Amino acid sequence: MLRIEEYAPIVGQATIYELFRLARQLEGKTIQNINSTAVGGGVAEILSRMMPLLKQLGLNARWDVIKGNEKFYAVTKKFHNGLHGVPVEVSREEYDWFLEINRQNAEELDFADIVFVHDPQPIGLIEKRASIGRNWVWRCHIDSSQPNKTIWKFLERYITMYDAAVFSAPAFEARLPIRQVLISPSIDPLSDKNKELPEDVINATFERYGIDRSRPVITQISRFDFLKDPLGVIRAYKMAKRSMDMQLVLAGGGATDDPEGPMIMEQVKEEADKDKDIFVLFLPPSSDLEINALQRGSTIVLQKSLREGFGLTVSEALWKGKPVIAGAVGGIPLQIRHQYSGILTHSIEGTAQWIKRLLSEPEFAAKLGANGREHIRNNFLITRHIKDYLLLFLSLFYADDIVHFS
Amino acid sequence: MSSRIRRERCTSIKDKEGPKEGNEDMSEFRFYSKLDLTILVGRRAKNGRQLLEGLRHVPESSIYFHTHKFLLQYHYITPVPPNDFAQWAITSLNDDLLGERLSSIDVVRYDSLTALKESIIKVVEEHVSENGSRRECPPGEEFHFMASQAFIIPTPIVVRTLEEFAAHLEHVSLNSLYHHMFDARLRLGRGENDFSAWFRGIGKEDLAEEVQKLDPYLHTLEGLRKRLEVLVRRHA
Repeated sequence: MLRIEEYAPIVGQATIYELFRLARQLEGKTIQNINSTAVGGGVAEILSRMMPLLKQLGLNARWDVIKGNEKFYAVTKKFHNGLHGVPVEVSREEYDWFLEINRQNAEELDFADIVFVHDPQPIGLIEKRASIGRNWVWRCHIDSSQPNKTIWKFLERYITMYDAAVFSAPAFEARLPIRQVLISPSIDPLSDKNKELPEDVINATFERYGIDRSRPVITQISRFDFLKDPLGVIRAYKMAKRSMDMQLVLAGGGATDDPEGPMIMEQVKEEADKDKDIFVLFLPPSSDLEINALQRGSTIVLQKSLREGFGLTVSEALWKGKPVIAGAVGGIPLQIRHQYSGILTHSIEGTAQWIKRLLSEPEFAAKLGANGREHIRNNFLITRHIKDYLLLFLSLFYADDIVHFS
Repeated sequence: MSSRIRRERCTSIKDKEGPKEGNEDMSEFRFYSKLDLTILVGRRAKNGRQLLEGLRHVPESSIYFHTHKFLLQYHYITPVPPNDFAQWAITSLNDDLLGERLSSIDVVRYDSLTALKESIIKVVEEHVSENGSRRECPPGEEFHFMASQAFIIPTPIVVRTLEEFAAHLEHVSLNSLYHHMFDARLRLGRGENDFSAWFRGIGKEDLAEEVQKLDPYLHTLEGLRKRLEVLVRRHA
């Protein structure tokens, strides 16, 4: 298990001290995270890394998972898609079943002083507040910038019963009568996906896939779905390659529940077959070390998304000091300030142009990468995430604009 | 609501004077740190007119957030990027003229957030009146007004002499440096940075003036730390 002090060489001893100092202000309080799954998915991943660190800070923190069944998760999947703006139909019976499961869980759970509910699945637990009180926060990890109106209307009834709602990007905020807080997700610099790697491990990974590290390598790590625009990446690469030598790596998970997914994957494969310098790598979920190596060994990293929740692959690449060219969508502009810590683009042509410029100006590209790494150090590592959670919990007890602890 | 936490020593700073964080006793200086929780105000703008409406309605803490937060977020870059309003006008609204006018606002010349807010409003007001407000940002790139709730905590670093001050400065977090140099003057309305106030308090008037004249907005935070150390050592 990692110790909080192991982060001190990365973020500084003063930052670790600040975390302990904030945690002290929460002495005597119990804190409870509640979500719907113990494994798989971003929420479970971050909670499993964060919980031991919260305990080491002296917090009385725990993590509970609600119990559901297939029927319940079919409904919550619809909620998830609905928050993403997908048209979905939810019947009265399905709404009732969703609430029934939440009520059953509410009866079984032992609630802490601060109840931190993640995502829509356990949102109905808030009904319990009427009888037990406590401090309640709802954390939305989903891109809810253009939600399906019917789904939002249903969830809003429950969201407004909380003390505060937390969103990952400014674009996800809503018109709500409760306080809204911005807390971005984070990466763990000591995880397999982000830790330092010896050069021979990076070389071995590239050799295994037949990619030549002596020539420029442009890489995008993402699922093969429409919103990540892998075909747009290939077109940008082809435009740039008319005047410069380079290879393209597209690596990520397989098809998703995106209905256009299989078709896009077919087209990507077709394009790759025509060009020996395009490498399409289908990686299983346990490929963190490979992804780390691919990012570290690349010349430029792309994230040409058309829509994005937060886009933590950008943080991952920036943390490795890579120049990143990414679409200006979702949480990406929080991670990249154009021409300071990376490049933001809006089109295939713009992406191609910037690929050529960065390959032609390696010093500028290196400066972007170095700035990007510093930006991530200060703003998107797990220690900042913990700090924000501690401040969020404290904000439940102190309403003033400026709070002074002595 | 927790009675235990409520009983803890906590001071809310409402008046312009504000408490001096335990540094009223000039025989020593304790470094404090400030940590921000980012609040989404729930107001957005997609053109100049909506930006103007937002500016008129948001609290001064939001003005401070958008003219200062990036200094800490991008503390390693010099020259620092322009403030959030200017950056948005340039990159999302594609309005270089408005962006240039907004980035020309010299924040160091203001000693109150009210005056700074009025100036920003005036710039946008004039620009919208001269150029209209037809230009809109692409969907998804709207300006989102934010603010912050600040939590000020003491650090264990206490100094009694200029020599000690210079020696410990390198161990102070950037949050702490930022708090004493930027927050103290404008957000807490103390009129000057905390370091100058202490130097003055221990009879080092010249040093206080030199630090007061430093334009902190022209340095990276690390650069500012080094500059401060040089100045303090010269007077120690």
